[in-house]
Amino acid sequence: MCNHNRKKDCFEYVDSQLPRVPLELVVNGEKVYELIDPTMTLLDFLRNNLKLFGTKEGCGEGECGACTVIMNNKTVNSCLVLAVEAQEADILTIEGLSKGGELSILQQEFIKHDALQCGFCTPGMLMSARALLDRNPDPTVEKIKEGISGNFCRCTGYQSVIDAVLSAAKREREELR
Amino acid sequence: MMDKKEFRHIGKPLDRVDALEKVTGKPIYVHDMELPGMLYAKVLHSPYARAKIKSIDTSAAEVLSGVKAILTGKDTSHKIGLYLVDKRIIARDITRYQGEVVAAVAAVDEATAERAISLIKVEYEELPAVLTIDDALEGEILVHEDINELDGGGVFFPQKDSNIASWNKTIVGDVEKAFEEADLVVESKMYLPAAAHTPLETHVAIAEADPYSDKIKIWTSAQSPFAVRQLMAKSFGISEAAIQVIVPSIGGGFGGKAGVHLEPLITLLSKACNGRPVKLKATRREEFNQLPTRAAMRSRIKTGVMKDGKITALKVYYDWDSGAYADYGANVGRTAIYSGAGPYEIPNVEIHSRTLYTNKVFSTAYRGFGHLETHWIIERQMDIIAQKLGMDPYDFRMKNVLKPGKRTISGEIITESTGSPSDCLKAVVEEIDWAGYQSDEERNRQLKTGKVRGKGFALLHKAPSMPTNTATSVIMQMDGDGKVKVLIGAIDMGQGANTVVAQIVAEVLDIPIEDVEVVWGADTDKHPYDWQTVASKFTLMGGNAVIRAANDMLGQMKEVAAQVFRCNVDKLRHKDSHIYHVHHMDKSLPYSKLARGYVYEDGSAIGGIVIGRGSYIADGLTNLDPETGQGLPALSWTYGAHGVDLEVDVETGDIHIFKIASAFDVGRVINRKLIDGQIKGGVVQGLGSAIFEGYIFNEDGQVMNPSFTDYKIPTAMDIPDEMVSIFIENPEFDGPFGARGVAEHPMISVPSVIGNALYDALGINFYELPLSPENVALTIVNNTQKY
Repeated sequence: MCNHNRKKDCFEYVDSQLPRVPLELVVNGEKVYELIDPTMTLLDFLRNNLKLFGTKEGCGEGECGACTVIMNNKTVNSCLVLAVEAQEADILTIEGLSKGGELSILQQEFIKHDALQCGFCTPGMLMSARALLDRNPDPTVEKIKEGISGNFCRCTGYQSVIDAVLSAAKREREELR
Repeated sequence: MMDKKEFRHIGKPLDRVDALEKVTGKPIYVHDMELPGMLYAKVLHSPYARAKIKSIDTSAAEVLSGVKAILTGKDTSHKIGLYLVDKRIIARDITRYQGEVVAAVAAVDEATAERAISLIKVEYEELPAVLTIDDALEGEILVHEDINELDGGGVFFPQKDSNIASWNKTIVGDVEKAFEEADLVVESKMYLPAAAHTPLETHVAIAEADPYSDKIKIWTSAQSPFAVRQLMAKSFGISEAAIQVIVPSIGGGFGGKAGVHLEPLITLLSKACNGRPVKLKATRREEFNQLPTRAAMRSRIKTGVMKDGKITALKVYYDWDSGAYADYGANVGRTAIYSGAGPYEIPNVEIHSRTLYTNKVFSTAYRGFGHLETHWIIERQMDIIAQKLGMDPYDFRMKNVLKPGKRTISGEIITESTGSPSDCLKAVVEEIDWAGYQSDEERNRQLKTGKVRGKGFALLHKAPSMPTNTATSVIMQMDGDGKVKVLIGAIDMGQGANTVVAQIVAEVLDIPIEDVEVVWGADTDKHPYDWQTVASKFTLMGGNAVIRAANDMLGQMKEVAAQVFRCNVDKLRHKDSHIYHVHHMDKSLPYSKLARGYVYEDGSAIGGIVIGRGSYIADGLTNLDPETGQGLPALSWTYGAHGVDLEVDVETGDIHIFKIASAFDVGRVINRKLIDGQIKGGVVQGLGSAIFEGYIFNEDGQVMNPSFTDYKIPTAMDIPDEMVSIFIENPEFDGPFGARGVAEHPMISVPSVIGNALYDALGINFYELPLSPENVALTIVNNTQKY
């Protein structure tokens, strides 16, 4: 068996061959039940088992935020969470951010403010922004900076992301009224 | 003459054409790709900076179930190199940096490949290594024993029996005489460390190489599919046509994905696996440690000035700690000899730029390569001279800045078409309310509060650094409904090439932007040639090619319309998706009736499928004279300036930026939203180089910070309170609608502007990057002890 420290040296999922364990959770509103390798990370589960490739891996050690998903209303670096830790959890990924052919306000504002360039950090960035707005519908610029500070972006310089989140917050609040 | 009319699409803040896919997580990067039968590769790296490979034992790895191929240096004699062919695909006999590939494995999964790697036994004999610029210059140990065999092609100049991969020079006038006659001579020594590109997507490639023929198919995260093809063809001695390179979405490049990287290695592996596709994805650690960086650089600079502030002489040595292989590094060094005096007119110049081999991870292009580095030296030196002259640094720069009619240091005459650095500087100085350096009293008063405010500014210039025959091309076809599909060879890695192309097509054809689709995913078998997506060249070169292709389409449609209307072609005009007769506006045909030939009422048809073709070559450029550096290296200059207002915490060394203003003479804004993103993104990346980033090597030449844990890039918490983008629009006569390139430029001179503002704040000159809290605080302590 592979005895290396795989989170440091491998990006691809590696099967431990240990006995399978049941995993039951909700991903993007859909119930999922699978028997999985207990050493599998949530990121590997999403990408390899569910074929949800929108969530990216940028470092594999919880530093860059490209793999950010929302788990029970909180953001996690899915590369650092074991899939079995998501037992019974409610997971939201980029693929679940909007449905039915209509973009969410947050996605619309990301386009409007050009809050993306290469797009590789964008799914994780959107998930952090979504979680922030869920817990604080009227964030200050400082709070937005804090909220996305775990997500590296090498392209945009963050200003357009902050503008997009501010603008989305305003529109979402107006919509609630 | 520039057209003064209102544009329909040009200059508008249109949404990025690929934004919808990107906010829904749809784009497929090579990271995400799986192919039937695909194998996974892992590599074994040298743990030593320089070592003799005494033996490699792969026997235990070979018998591991699932291992399909193991390659070591003895399996391949191919060498590869962008400009100097100096690198083996896998190290043989000797390793030249810690991180160099010594063996590679392809297996059924990454775990097996990794396990096989761990079973390979290599016996090394560690050798003394070349780890500093001084070691390299001394040349007691040669990084490349066979340096005398390197061919620089008259562009690069490897020096015999040395570690100098290229020594490029500019010599104009008589500097020594000018120093004697100068009122003041200022000498400084400055330094900046190696830095990493850190695209969020690491390098990744998949190759499928037919073992029975030359055919190779590659999917890669490359900025330069055509360069990958060309360099591999040269290395393997096969036809370019045999190699197909496909680039789907790429997660950031910044120069680090230009040239050729993982592709040759996985091609060999695929061949060894009977043609099964093999994927190699660099880990973040490998991204830092195996794949190339931006070189460290040390400079000694000497400037002669007259009392009135006129610079009369400049002598600079730029010594690049460029690592084990030349790659782009030789060309990075070359930029310094035509660009490394800054945007100033200087009559007597001597520049020596030496790209040095050392036993460290090698270096390559990084956003505006050579320019952030040389401008750190030049724009700091300009402030230091102004201080010594007792002159305002603004007035001092304005006295020397390039203007139409003046010559650059390579002898090129600046014209109105080149743009105006003065306009840029003036704009940022106004934006930050510059009123001269603060007085010592003012400084001391603030010092007591523990925080001191300072302002500064810096100029910059850059022209694309590229071969004299650099070219690009465009093909576009009109569909039956008048919509247009466009094929370009450039890669949109976030800079927005596809959007800009769509806008230009829509403008020239006068059609809705929705009627243009730039076909995503460059493929060398299907898309027309582009040299490389580098150098901020595509808006200018590709933009012109697009205009030609669109005009070609219009010409074809007019020829058919002229037959229908029974008139001369020159009587026809186009507007709003129609061709019409200039005198008889009722005679009008929509593009849709011409796109697939015109059909008369009786069913008979004329004309044909409307396919536009356009290409653009950088004509008129020359190689630089080997001894004097004179010639025409620059297709188009873009000037810019930054101004900053910041505060430094005297205790902690923390820098807080209130405002950074950046002005660029872009000639013409094509897309206000996208260009603003380039400015702000580049500025923040520049702040990374200025304040946060730098490789740390131990005394054995090993990289000590090859991870995001130890190598920090700016986060949202680190950006300035306010970033202001200012666009100056002095048109480039040969630019599309007057536009120039600007994708790399925002990063240049950001370190210098921070350094200059730190002087205003503290009265201390900084000579080394990064201006990290630690370095700033220590420098303050060391300088205050003097009082």
